[in-house]
Amino acid sequence: MPPILPMLEQPGSLATLDTRASSSGHVLPLELRRLSLETGGRRLIDSVDLKLEEQGITVILGPNGAGKSLLLRLVHGLIAPTDGIIRWGGMPMDDEIRRRQAMVFQKPVLLRRTAAANITYALGLRGIARSERNSRALQALELAGLERHAFTPARVLSGGEQQRLCLARALSLDPEALLLDEPTASLDPASTLSIERLLIGAKHRGIKVIVVTHDVGQARRLAQDVIFLHHGRLIEHQPAERFFEHPKSDTARAFIAGGLVL
Amino acid sequence: MLDLSHAFASALWQIVTLDPQLLEIIALSLKVTLTAVTIATLIGFAVGGVLAVYRFPGRAAVAAVLNALMGLPPVVAGLIVYLLLSNAGPLGVLQLLYTPEAMIIAQVILITPIVAALTRQTCEDLLEEYRDQLRSLGASSAEIVMTLLWDGRYRLITVVLAGFGRAIAEVGAVMIVGDNIDHVTRTMTTAIALETSKGNIALALALGMILLAIALVVNVALMGIRRLASHFAYA
Repeated sequence: MPPILPMLEQPGSLATLDTRASSSGHVLPLELRRLSLETGGRRLIDSVDLKLEEQGITVILGPNGAGKSLLLRLVHGLIAPTDGIIRWGGMPMDDEIRRRQAMVFQKPVLLRRTAAANITYALGLRGIARSERNSRALQALELAGLERHAFTPARVLSGGEQQRLCLARALSLDPEALLLDEPTASLDPASTLSIERLLIGAKHRGIKVIVVTHDVGQARRLAQDVIFLHHGRLIEHQPAERFFEHPKSDTARAFIAGGLVL
Repeated sequence: MLDLSHAFASALWQIVTLDPQLLEIIALSLKVTLTAVTIATLIGFAVGGVLAVYRFPGRAAVAAVLNALMGLPPVVAGLIVYLLLSNAGPLGVLQLLYTPEAMIIAQVILITPIVAALTRQTCEDLLEEYRDQLRSLGASSAEIVMTLLWDGRYRLITVVLAGFGRAIAEVGAVMIVGDNIDHVTRTMTTAIALETSKGNIALALALGMILLAIALVVNVALMGIRRLASHFAYA
């Protein structure tokens, strides 16, 4: 059902939508039931129930140590939960679903190759034909404003450029869902702004974006809906406007106000 | 004293005039060691890469054995190959004892554990950094091995050079399985040992200088590779 409307609106992206329709439906909704993660007797993620149905940008917000990054890794299938269920589009997480997603980590992970080669490598892993890889890589680099660095070794780029390259690589894969773990935590304001612009661009292209941050300002700028996490528990999940105006919990209110939340 | 300086001058003369006997020994040494290094590199990269990425029962034991074999005394490697290739041994029918091939086998046994263990270490260090990102991108275990070997290329070149350095300078193993036969299995190190004991100091000195020069070239190459790698931030 949902793909029909965008098809009418954007005939140019027919091809992309077609491949998505032929695979087993859209990744959404994302459903978590009683999701828990325990290590060494400590409950790091504690019985999280969640349903994400809407497109757009979801922000996972919370103080450091709340379990935000763990939750993101769990839903991407990088770690296995101790208990509970993860479903994307009604299906349990598997390699096939992960291939329709892309993730950007807090610390940019770049291969010891040129910027362009980092992207063509990822495209190769996803089975994109060799002839198509270069043009798609260049497109992605242009999107991130990195085209003049195409043949620069990726690891000599600045921190902000490296993170933009990671995001460009993720976007080049044409993912249905894009997951980001504190992507701007160690970046300067200008780099942060360009990352946020890319995320908003991704949202407009119909990509589901889930971004982890502890930065309230960033959550305000980006979020359609906010998941507030504390001590591994989901404290609230609300549309952004309501969350920032009328938080239900005291911890969220204190956190939004800039207080230390223990 | 006069004797020594005479021997030194004679050694230099042999080098600058490209004495055929000297060249023959150097050529055989390089042929044996370069062949052994090539084989050890192919095996060592594969074993090291697989050990770093795949999880299987006994993996820790294999890694421990490899690390222990890094310190394998060359004479022991020689003895093992001797026993394997001697007429009474399981591979005696091949009639390889006292041939260059026997020396290649001994050097392969000597340096494959070194290449494999250092490759495993290099790949594991890289994997620590890459694991989540590569899994997120959907790489299979085999693809991860290839990725780590390529991304570790600068360090792996230094691993290969370390193996070359050990093999070219080694005397115990090739002496036992090659027996230092003139024109057949005489390498630089075995010739130095023999000629010194015979009192032919000039040839021994000439070969010694060549060996030192090779060691110097290898180390300069190592430095250059390290500098290049850090320039590209690929270290």
